[in-house]
Amino acid sequence: MTTPVKNPETKVKRPDESLFKRLTRQQLFIPVAALALLVLFNLIADPSFFMVTMKENSLGNPVLSGNIISVLDNASELVILAIGMTLVTASSGGQDISVGATMTIAGSVILRLVCGGQVNADTMQMNLFLAVFIGIVVSMCFGAFNGALVACFNIQPMVATLIMYTAGRSIAAWINNNQLPIINDVAFKYAGTFLPGIPVPTPVFITILMIAVFWLVLKFTNLGLYTQSVGINPNSSRLNGLNPRMIKLLTYVILGVCVAVAGYIRISRSGSINYSRNAENIEMDAILAVALGGNALSGGKFNIYGSILGAYVIQFLTTTLYKYEVPSTALPAYKAVVVILLVVLSAPVVREKLASMKKVPAKAVKEVS
Amino acid sequence: MQEGAVLEMRGICKYFPGVRALQDVDFTLREGEIHALMGENGAGKSTLIKVLTGVYPKDGGEVHISGIDGAAVIRSPQDAQNAGISTVYQEITLCPNLTVAENMYIGRTKGAMTNWKAMNGGAGKILQSLGIPASPNQQLGSCSIAVQQMVAIARAVDMECKVLILDEPTSSLDEQEVVKLFGLMRDLKAKGVGIIFVTHFLEQVYEVCDRITVLRDGQLVGEYVIEDLPRVQLVSKMLGKELDDMADIKGESDGGAVSLEGSPVLEAEGLCSSAGIKPFDFSIRKGEVNGFTGLLGSGRSECVRAIFGADHVTGGSVKMDGQSVRIKKPLDAMKCGIGYLPEDRKGDGIVGDLSVRENIILALQVMKGFFRPFSRAQAEAFADEYIKLLEIKTASADTPIKSLSGGNQQKCILARWLLTDPKYLILDEPTRGIDIGTKIEIQKLVLKLAAEGKSVTFISSEIDEMLRTCSRLIVMRDRKAVGELNGDDLTQTKIMATIAGGDEA
Amino acid sequence: MPKGIAVDKQGRLKERVAMSDTNLLLTITIVVFFVLYLAAVVFLGGSFTKPQNFLNILNNNASLIVLSCGMSIVMITGGIDISVGAVTCLVCMTSAVNLEQQGGNVFTVILIGLGIGLAFGVVQGFLVAHLGIQPFIISLAGMFFAKGMTTIVSKEPIRVTNEAFLAVKDTRITVPGLGAPNKLGVYVPAYVEVGVVIALLVVVLLFCLLRWTKLGRAFYAVGGNNQSASMLGINVRRTKFLAHVLCSLLAGLGGILYFLHVGSGDVANGAGDEMNAIASSIIGGTLLTGGVGNVAGTFFGVLSLNTIKRIVSSLGFDEAWWSNITVAAMLCLFLVIQSIVLLRKNKK
Repeated sequence: MTTPVKNPETKVKRPDESLFKRLTRQQLFIPVAALALLVLFNLIADPSFFMVTMKENSLGNPVLSGNIISVLDNASELVILAIGMTLVTASSGGQDISVGATMTIAGSVILRLVCGGQVNADTMQMNLFLAVFIGIVVSMCFGAFNGALVACFNIQPMVATLIMYTAGRSIAAWINNNQLPIINDVAFKYAGTFLPGIPVPTPVFITILMIAVFWLVLKFTNLGLYTQSVGINPNSSRLNGLNPRMIKLLTYVILGVCVAVAGYIRISRSGSINYSRNAENIEMDAILAVALGGNALSGGKFNIYGSILGAYVIQFLTTTLYKYEVPSTALPAYKAVVVILLVVLSAPVVREKLASMKKVPAKAVKEVS
Repeated sequence: MQEGAVLEMRGICKYFPGVRALQDVDFTLREGEIHALMGENGAGKSTLIKVLTGVYPKDGGEVHISGIDGAAVIRSPQDAQNAGISTVYQEITLCPNLTVAENMYIGRTKGAMTNWKAMNGGAGKILQSLGIPASPNQQLGSCSIAVQQMVAIARAVDMECKVLILDEPTSSLDEQEVVKLFGLMRDLKAKGVGIIFVTHFLEQVYEVCDRITVLRDGQLVGEYVIEDLPRVQLVSKMLGKELDDMADIKGESDGGAVSLEGSPVLEAEGLCSSAGIKPFDFSIRKGEVNGFTGLLGSGRSECVRAIFGADHVTGGSVKMDGQSVRIKKPLDAMKCGIGYLPEDRKGDGIVGDLSVRENIILALQVMKGFFRPFSRAQAEAFADEYIKLLEIKTASADTPIKSLSGGNQQKCILARWLLTDPKYLILDEPTRGIDIGTKIEIQKLVLKLAAEGKSVTFISSEIDEMLRTCSRLIVMRDRKAVGELNGDDLTQTKIMATIAGGDEA
Repeated sequence: MPKGIAVDKQGRLKERVAMSDTNLLLTITIVVFFVLYLAAVVFLGGSFTKPQNFLNILNNNASLIVLSCGMSIVMITGGIDISVGAVTCLVCMTSAVNLEQQGGNVFTVILIGLGIGLAFGVVQGFLVAHLGIQPFIISLAGMFFAKGMTTIVSKEPIRVTNEAFLAVKDTRITVPGLGAPNKLGVYVPAYVEVGVVIALLVVVLLFCLLRWTKLGRAFYAVGGNNQSASMLGINVRRTKFLAHVLCSLLAGLGGILYFLHVGSGDVANGAGDEMNAIASSIIGGTLLTGGVGNVAGTFFGVLSLNTIKRIVSSLGFDEAWWSNITVAAMLCLFLVIQSIVLLRKNKK
């Protein structure tokens, strides 16, 4: 309980708090600190990590290259997913673990459309924008399916999405009759690689576009307020005229859009698809990004920019681990440890313990000074 | 310890952050006595029981139990059981997926194995002796709520306790079942068990109890032998108004803003909802303040929830300004110009983690629509206006509402509804659990709103608040509207008599 | 809620006691299985009529039976553990490396399997029961950890050549009275593998545990209502902890059985088995919300699931992906049924 303070001057500063404490209170403290740590580590271990050079890509265009560029580029799918995942987490207090599988479905749909059913297509058989649009619609339907299970049948989000987690990749394979279509049209790969004449990878632009879209959506609609309100107190929200079910469903559909965009970027990187490996384990990274961004996995208040930053930090970590030749298949083990650490640290029981431990030394410091 | 006492509690204190839930409360239970523990909501009954059964640790005082030397140490429900205290809680604390017999024996048998035969046999005997219509190997969840409650009682009885606590056990029982329960209580009494009986039903107290202890605001009001305390006096003790004061009160209050000639704003006929209230009629005029009164659990909240569409409405019709409307969900009601401040501030009112500003604009924002959010400046202007108007004490409009005091949280919810400029505002216990100053402010505000031509329904457990604000009162008892009082009938004595029902002895 | 509530309005006891949820769902499962299998025999005939083909469902799924039973126990307490498939895989790989590269024997394999299971169980159980973290998140992390560790142990598939191990692996226990003539007209008795015997033993043991021990009943009580259970004097934390330990231990055992069946370590071992286990439990009548379920039902759940998979494949949908879609569809169907049952119950 705070003592009522009317004077606006005193509200920000609380004289008895150290700077450190005020910093750690900030929601973005964890991702920023993690990023700083990673940067510092790489600076000390090998400063060449940060080198950015101009290289020629396979098409002969001069493009930027380097670890930092690769972080920004490869994090794109994750960032886009993290945005949707944050909304879903906020409204329903659970996470969608089927995003990797639905990304594969969206990719498979788009690939089938642009290949026109051929296994090896040299030119696109359908307008790319139309194909991507259809991919998005399909993905939204799967999102709505997940959302309906969660919102209407009250199934825990993670169990409900377990269904698509299992079936998704198989559905993706079925869409293409288990063939592995390849598209060789350069234009198809623009979204996943580079636009001609532009040295910055296209996914970076798409990500910026998506972030901008969500910034606008959050600014010009009540999505943020409604989602948080439903996530924090569904009873109260209902008595204020909201429909908690519809809002939960809506967040899952929005996640479906994010998934489709991410799925499109992923397949357009290579122009082909591998049903069992495409976007493998990305659901774990997306959940981790949300948690790392300082958002409670139990729902409620969210900060979408925290999740975005979290996603970049995770990609930074991945790239760093790659650089030190940790095999990609072993990565989940490292990330699992990070996840466990994060959830343990944010568990209420542990927080209380830590808080009671911190109090004592804080006093001691005060007395010394 | 006193002669014949099985339980003595002396000077029990319990503090919650910012609240003195119990202050120096004494309680004595004698052998073979049924002792009613009475008090309105927030009086400290449940807290006292939870302290006794080890759910809460106490902050002061001593508990003595016969057969235990010195002060008894009770740190968990398990300790309480071992000390001979059995409890039946208001909510059923049994596992619906287990069988009746298991529910009676689980957690109190020795050994690693479950002996089904012995368990079913034992349970069968007890069930039969108590006349509980359930079979031992039946799944508990398939029994009616009443039978489940009886099974909980059977479990408690079978533990050969010295003290049996029944915390509102009758709220889910029908008359016959209550009769059965009372028979059981008298049997136990004859065997020398001390029974603490918490209930809101006055008839039941007078039917079965020997003594009454009344608590109010966490303090002991007194212990009385039942014959010495007539009903009306009991009500006055619970509500904290002496009979002598009553005559003057009517003179003080100007009866709210009476305007019986105004046109009706809302008329409801035969309204009933899934919450189990009997169909009731209701109407309110422009500029009128009326109220529902009755003890807790009498159905006063359920009535207003039905009007607002908060519970599933199962029948009846509603007219707004003479026009027939259908209110199926809260948004419908809001669009008709109804506002509702719910009874459970924490569970139904505030959205804890959101800021004061967001909480204030929420209802209006929802009415305005998804695609038309208020700009930051607009929202700030609204919030600042109402923070100033209602004198909400908060560090800033950005402070999470959960960190405010109860009274200020309540003002924010009020602000939320005032902002929607409703024609008709329902305030369910707006003054509960908040400080006196704020209480008076809220009452003044209600009268001011009425003077501005708004209609208000005001519900409060404190009758003098109702008298000061309302011009008409609907009295509820046992989920039924039993009377309507206005004009000269609006006196404390009359209200209490109607609430108490039966004879005024 | 089962029909025929035992008490009528006057409060008199009717003759028949309504079936408990657990028994009702168990009955449904058994009926579903027999109907499915009979339908397959009648309409598809062929391979379904041979006893050996039925026993092969057991031979191929001994490990899954054990995993599913563990899953059922965790689900009965209201939790979930999706790490079991990955733990299976880790046990297989570690055992293979131990046998082939470190000169281990059958006993070290058993030790490894149970040891890994126990370690996962203790850590996950502690985090869930004592720190109150959602079991799903914890076991998701556990699953990824196990997956990662498997590739750290070995990325390459390892075939086992240890003779003692192969001897156990190839032991065939003939079932008296069952058998069929083969193509040449020679009578071949039907057999089961060693793993099946162990799995059936586990089912029986767990059935007894759940039915006749206090711990077993505590699992149900905790799943039925957490708070009530603690009011009734049950140590909720310890019960949850033990459920997770038991589940992971059984995942370890399941890993050993899987290893015994396939005889190799491979990163693809046990892939998707957490899903199969959850689906089997749910089809077998375990409620996701806890408190209701039975390992006997789970056993039939495994059989039903695999019968359906075989029916789907013999209908011509034999591409690999159909199996996953079938599992998911079954899971979805039963989840929705459960949810509707629960919603109805709550309304009453």
